[in-house]
Formats: sequence, C-alpha cells, structure tokens
Amino acid sequence: MSHTTTLDWTAVCTLDRLEPNRGVAALVDGVQVALFHTVDGLFAIDNRDPVSGAYVLSRGIVGSRGGVPTVASPLHKQVYDLRTGDCLDLPGMTVARHDTRCHDGIVEVRLRREG
Amino acid sequence: MSVQDLVVIGNGMVGQRFVDALRARDPQGRWRVTVLAEEGRPAYDRVRLSAYFDGVSEEELNVHTPHDGVRLRLGEPATGIDRERRVVTTAKGEYAYHALVLATGSYPFVPPVPGAELPGVFVYRTLDDLAAIRTYAQGRRVGAVIGGGLLGLEAANALRLLGLSTDVIEFAPRLMPVQVDQAGGAMLRRYVEELGVRTHLGVATTAIRAGADGAVAALELSDGRMVDAELVVVAAGIRPRDDLARAAGLPLGPRGGVLVDETCRTADEHVWAVGECAAVDGTCHGLVAPGYATAEVVADRLVGGAATFPGADTATKLKLLGVDVASFGDAHGTTEGCLDVTFTDPATRVYAKLVLSDDAHTLLGGVLVGDASAYPTLRASVGGPLPAAPLALLAPEGGGADAGTLPATAQVCSCNAVTRGDVDDAIAGGCADVPALKACTRAGTSCGSCVPMLKQLLDAAGVAQSTALCEHFDVSRRELFEIVRVRGIRTFSQLIAEHGRGRGCDICKPVVASILASLGSGHVLDGEQASLQDTNDHFLANLQRDGSYSVVPRIPGGEITPEKLIVIGEVARDFQLYTKITGGQRIDLFGARVEQLPQIWRRLVDAGFESGHAYGKALRTVKSCVGETWCRYGVQDSVGLAVALELRYRGLRAPHKLKSAVSGCARECAEARSKDFGIIATETGWNLYVGGNGGFRPRHADLFATDLSTEELVTLIDRFLIYYIRTADRLQRTAGWIEAMDGGLDHLRAVIVDDSLGLCADLDAAMARHVTSYSDEWRDVLDDPERLRRYTSFVNAPDVPDPSITFAVERGQPVPARTLTTTRSEPADARRQPVTLGLPEVRR
Repeated sequence: MSHTTTLDWTAVCTLDRLEPNRGVAALVDGVQVALFHTVDGLFAIDNRDPVSGAYVLSRGIVGSRGGVPTVASPLHKQVYDLRTGDCLDLPGMTVARHDTRCHDGIVEVRLRREG
Repeated sequence: MSVQDLVVIGNGMVGQRFVDALRARDPQGRWRVTVLAEEGRPAYDRVRLSAYFDGVSEEELNVHTPHDGVRLRLGEPATGIDRERRVVTTAKGEYAYHALVLATGSYPFVPPVPGAELPGVFVYRTLDDLAAIRTYAQGRRVGAVIGGGLLGLEAANALRLLGLSTDVIEFAPRLMPVQVDQAGGAMLRRYVEELGVRTHLGVATTAIRAGADGAVAALELSDGRMVDAELVVVAAGIRPRDDLARAAGLPLGPRGGVLVDETCRTADEHVWAVGECAAVDGTCHGLVAPGYATAEVVADRLVGGAATFPGADTATKLKLLGVDVASFGDAHGTTEGCLDVTFTDPATRVYAKLVLSDDAHTLLGGVLVGDASAYPTLRASVGGPLPAAPLALLAPEGGGADAGTLPATAQVCSCNAVTRGDVDDAIAGGCADVPALKACTRAGTSCGSCVPMLKQLLDAAGVAQSTALCEHFDVSRRELFEIVRVRGIRTFSQLIAEHGRGRGCDICKPVVASILASLGSGHVLDGEQASLQDTNDHFLANLQRDGSYSVVPRIPGGEITPEKLIVIGEVARDFQLYTKITGGQRIDLFGARVEQLPQIWRRLVDAGFESGHAYGKALRTVKSCVGETWCRYGVQDSVGLAVALELRYRGLRAPHKLKSAVSGCARECAEARSKDFGIIATETGWNLYVGGNGGFRPRHADLFATDLSTEELVTLIDRFLIYYIRTADRLQRTAGWIEAMDGGLDHLRAVIVDDSLGLCADLDAAMARHVTSYSDEWRDVLDDPERLRRYTSFVNAPDVPDPSITFAVERGQPVPARTLTTTRSEPADARRQPVTLGLPEVRR
C-alpha cells in the first residue's frame, strides 16, 4: 500500500533567479528538484530523468502540447506534463511532482514523496 | 548442388550489370564466374565518359562491384571460342565453361577515308582514348570531330574544354540525326554554334590530310572545302564486336552483332550475348538501358527463370554542351497517319514536338530541345493517353504535365525500371515521402529526373506532404525563415503570437533560435533567445549520458602548436577530464560539470582558444590533410585553406551541423567527399564537392565545380551555405537538401553560379554580415556576469557539486560510473600484454 508524505515548505531562491521559460535545479532535503517558471506558472518535478537515470530534467525545453504545459528531457526528448509529472510519450512513465509557490518574492518547494 | 563454370567475355557496363544481376539471383553460388576483360581497368561508366574532362576521376566513374565467386581477369582479352570443347582461350590460357556470355560491346566505326591512320586521329570510346586526346591536345589550337551525333557533340565539347577551336562535320543534314528531327536539330545547332563550335552539315569527310610533320593537319570535305585540324576525333557511330562469335561459327544479325532470340541465347544453347554486341531478333541496341535489360534476361535464365527481352526503350535525355535534349518513342513520326504538334520559341530557344496517333488521343513519341523538364512525364505517357492538353505539356517547364494522370504500367523511373504501379504499391505500403520511395523502389536514385514525378504521385495518392514544423507552426522551417527575415521579427514570443499557437516546444524553439542566430541576432544566450536553446546551446557544451558535459575548443584545420596542446593537456589533467581525439581533428574533453565550464573556458580562452561549436547546429570543423607544405604528393596548401575556411564560417548557425574538409591532392586523405562541402586540390586550383555526409546514411559529395581559384571557391561556398541555411528543412543535412531539391544539383548550380533567381548579391551580403559579426561565444559568457549565473549546480546550493555525477577509471581515464558498467582495474602495462580477457562485451 502506498501513501504520500507531505513535508514542509522550503525556501529555495528569489523568483528573479528563475530564468523565464527555463528551468533550474535545486537541492531540497537532499532531493534534486527541477524548478520551472513559465507563462503558465511555477512548476516543480524531480530533476531525475526516469528514462536515462541522469539528473537533467531542469535543463529541458519547456512548452506546451495541446494546451498542457510541458518539459522535454534534454537527453532523448521524452515530453512530461509539468502539472502531473506524467510522460506524454511513454505510457506509464512518470516523474514525481512537487508543490511550489512564490511567497513574498521567494520561491518555495514542498516535497511529495511517493512511498 | 553442383557448381558450374560461367565465362563472361567483356567487363563493360552491361557485362558488369550482368554479373551483379546473376550474383543477386544466385546467392548459393551455383555459378562460378570468370570475367575476361580487355581493358586494364574494371568496368566504368561509359555513358558519363565525358565527365572525365570535367575533372571527374577514374575512380568516380568506376561501376565495378567485386563479388564472391567472381574472378576478374583484367587485360586478358579472349582470343577464341572452341564451342566443341566449350573452352575460351586467351593469351594466357584456357577457360572451360558450361555457359558463356558474350558482352563484348562495340567498337568505334572509322570510315575508310585516306589518312584515318595518321597521328592525331582518335576515337572516343575508352578512358585510354580520352587520356590520349588530352595529352595530344596540349599546345594545339584547332580540332575537328567527324560525326555530329550524340558522341560527336560530346567529343566536340571535350575539345572545347581542352581549349581547342572546334569544327563538327556531319554527313546528315542535321545534328543528332538519330534522336531529333530537322527543326530540333536546327535549334540544337544554334546552341552549339553559340558556344563557338562550327558545324558543317550534309557533307562527308573525303580525306584526312597530314602536315609537314606527318601528323594530321586538315580535313578535306566533299564540297571541296578544307578545315584545319591538328587533332581529329572520329565519332561516326559504333559497330558490334562480333568477331569472336563469327570465328566460332555463330550466326550473326543482318547488320552484324551476335544473333540471339528474345531470351538472348544464341544458336548454341551454351552461349548467350548481352549489350551492344547482341543482335536481339536481329537488331543491335546502342544504348545502355536495353543493354541492362538483356543482362537481366540472361541472369534470370541462368537460374532457371523465363525472362524475355521486353523491347528496347530508346528514349534518351541528355545535356549536351549545356543544352537539354530529349527524344522518346516514335520521335520521327514513322507511325502511319500520326500527327505532329510542335512548339518553337526562338526567344527562349525551346523546341518541342509531340507525335500523336491519328485520333490525337495517344502519345507516340516526341523531341524536346532546350527544355526537357516535361520529359519524365511524357516518356512515361508513351502509348497512353495524353496527360494534359498538348500546348500545356509543351509550354516551357512542362507546367501541365502531372504524373498523377499516368497509368499503372507507365515507367516512372527508366533507369531502374520502376513503374507507377510500383511507386503506388510502395506508397500503399507506407512510404510517405520521396526519400522513403527512393529507398524502397530505387526510383530516382540514378539520374534523379523522375523525383518531381515521385512528389506528384505522393500528392495523387493523397499522402499529405505536411510541411508543418510542429503543432505550434503550420509552416515549414523554410517558410518560417522567410517570415522572420522579411518581417524583421526578432523574438519567439512575437513570432508565435503572430504566426503560431500555444507555447512552443523542443522542436520549434531550437529552430527559431537557429533562424535568429543565422540572421545575426546577437549572442545565442541573450534575452529570450536563451529559453529557446537546446541544452547544448544553452550551456555551450555537449550534454553526455550522465548529465555531465564535454568541451571542444576550436583547432582550425587540425593545426595546433605544442604550447596549445600542452594547455589542453593541463586543463584535462587539472579538471580530471576524459580526453579523446575526435574524427574532426580536434580534442574532446569529457566529464565537466556545469559549474566547471566557465573555469575550463577561462583557462582555454586565456591560452588563445575559442569555442569549437561542437554543441551547435553550426560549422564543426574543416578537416585537412597536411598538403603540399610537407606532403610529397600535395599540389595545394590544404591546411592553409582549411584554416581560412574554418575561421570564415565558424559560428555559422544552420539547420543541421556542417562539416567540411580540404584535401591537398586527388588521394583525398582528408576524406572531403564525406563532408557537406569538401574541397580537393587540383594542379590548377580547387574542385568543390557538395552534399556529402557520413552518419546513418553515408553519401559521397557530388562534384559541383572544378579548377576554381580560391576566391571563386569561397564565393561559391558562401552562397551554398547561405542558400542552404535559408531553404533547408529542420535537421536536414545538405545531402538530403540537395536530394529533395527540384532539379537537384543543376538547380543549385543555376541559383548560386548563374544567379537564376537573382539571389546572389543577397547571399553574398548575408555571409559578409556573418563574417564581420562573429565573436567567440565562450568569451562573451565569461565577460558577462548575467550570462555566467546559469553555470551553477543548484540554485540554492551553488557550492554543492551534482552528487549524481561520479566517475570510475577505465584504461587510465575517468568514465561515468554507472551500475551498467562493470569497471575493472587493469595493470599499468596492460597495453604491453597480449589481450586475453577484458574486451568490452556487447550491450543488449
């Protein structure tokens, strides 16, 4: 049986450190998180590309597919839904998504651990 | 299975095609083949023989393919056939056969006129003939060709290229009497005379006169005139070589040639004949296509098939002295009651004639001079209904001709005998574009003239040739380029708002980034452009499988000082980078983490290095051999040119990566013909080749221009590159770009050599802007704290290196440590020991 553990909010950086429509990597409680600031909002997913195992998703190109905000893995271009972490190219493939918000100009992340 | 002996006499194009066809049908090797060749070189492309004078080498004309179970005896002509004993004799011995195939071809007919044996009189048949003509032409001024047919005009062009003032003497009242009619011949004559070749029609050569030195000096014509000629080429037709067959008592055709039936078998069941020496049902065919057909028939018969000669397609299309000439079907209107429709335009110098059946419904044949663009569709329509109204078909560019109206039996590609039905089947089987059709059917892979028809057939089949870039843009890269260029748009957000939809994606964003970069829109990481770049361009380094990057400094032409080499070694050592020499004569440093990149560049830039753009869809390297500076064979300074070209085109963003190389002589050590643009030195300049690549589908570059000065060369490359950048599809290398281009290489030549679209000044200016605006992308980042900010491991922990990037040691160097890899330690002197274990295992 699986359950989701929700942790506390962690301040990561000021909003202006996020390049518009691009990602950065952040280290939150030892977890590598890919943070994105797009015209559709702030998104946080695991930085680990589940296909290759490399920690690179923060370096993908963001965009949209049929209205869904997306990021494409920079290694082999699989596209993920930034809102859910679901891979849109490989059924069943998914990355963990995390909560993120901007509070007084500070970007905060709250990890969601599936376990 | 018993193995039987097959002897083939002759290794010309048809003899070779026969062996290829037999080997393809006889994989078990039931036939053990011996080929006896008269010439000292294996089969070459005699149809393109004249290309030898354009600088095309003997190797490039080679059409010989070695096969298992086939021995080729070069320079060992057959001297006799003993049909009783079934043995072929040569000067060196005897070859027993169970089956014998005669592929002896033809010999040039030399009319019995006095003086035909004088020094300076040549025929035009073999590479040796051409080499002898070239040698003899040196220092001579006037030449003449006896014969104004296809071969005679080719020979005339050759003499012209060799710098000789040239006369052509033709007995018939027009040039190319076999292929074209009187009016077409007249049009052709205007073109030819304009090139400075004088023509004498309706006259015979009565004697060849010697000068004081005993060599040829003049021709005497039947109308009493004399024509000066220090070199004479006799191109008065060919005759089948049937002497061996005659001596062996085999029946011959009424006008010579080895008589065979429709199965290409002679009266002797063990002896066959193919190609020009074969008189099929009494008629010899002097074209390669019917020759190939006979080769296929015999190959099929020898493995138990039942093929018969399908009849000769005498259709021809060629470019003679720069003029398109085509003739097909009943070109001379010999069918009873047939009707002619002709079109003559003296202004554009186009002549066209269609021969129709008496009810004007069926196309029987035709002649085209000056513009043969309608040829593929017309030739395929012979025997069927007209694909459009005659006038529409004959108008220049053949605007009305559409392959979609052809019947299934019409041959679309005559080079490879592919019918419309074959193409339609391939489309039904899933081929959705021209490259797929080429791969599947072989149509369009030889002369390429049917490629426009392949596109039309795809259209006719309703296969949507969508050129939309992705879901965000309905236009192709080429159209997008024009929109950006013409409207002066400089941001992605404006472009997608005005001409697209959605947010963009990993397809359209890098395309737009590349277009903006090609148009000189500042640093690739400026402002919004940074968000469009693939990770490689975003970090100006190459992402590797473990998330680390590799760094390649530019080493123009592969030339490097010891001091700089030491700096690279020191940087690699200090940052513990895996080091490897690349195929492009550079050094790749692997395993750098993002935060290390600026530190590595700082060291390299301070030592005089700059970005090598290994990460970009941009010029990579211009590889070179050492050239005439050191090499005892080199004829030009290949390294100097490679360095200059690499510095000129560095940083040029393109639809795909661009590679180049310069070889200092014809030995081609720099492998220039595997590059997008390759240069090979000649005694007098440079030959330019375009459209080559290695990779998934290797392709040799095509010869584009010869004996260029350095200035001419650079101008052509400038235009080639800018035209490619403007008009190619996304991720289309130059090879695919040229293959997909309507008109192919000829069109490209028209655009960038003859300026047919009036674009050249614009292309030149665009390259000039690139050259003057270049600056090193690494240095620009080092100089700018804003741009430097992104080179950090974690936005909230910049001092923590990415813990996921770790290394093991393999062969003394760091490599990604991954669970897949079983790393092993090896003794320091492993290279000195015999290899026993430790070979890499295949990953499955």
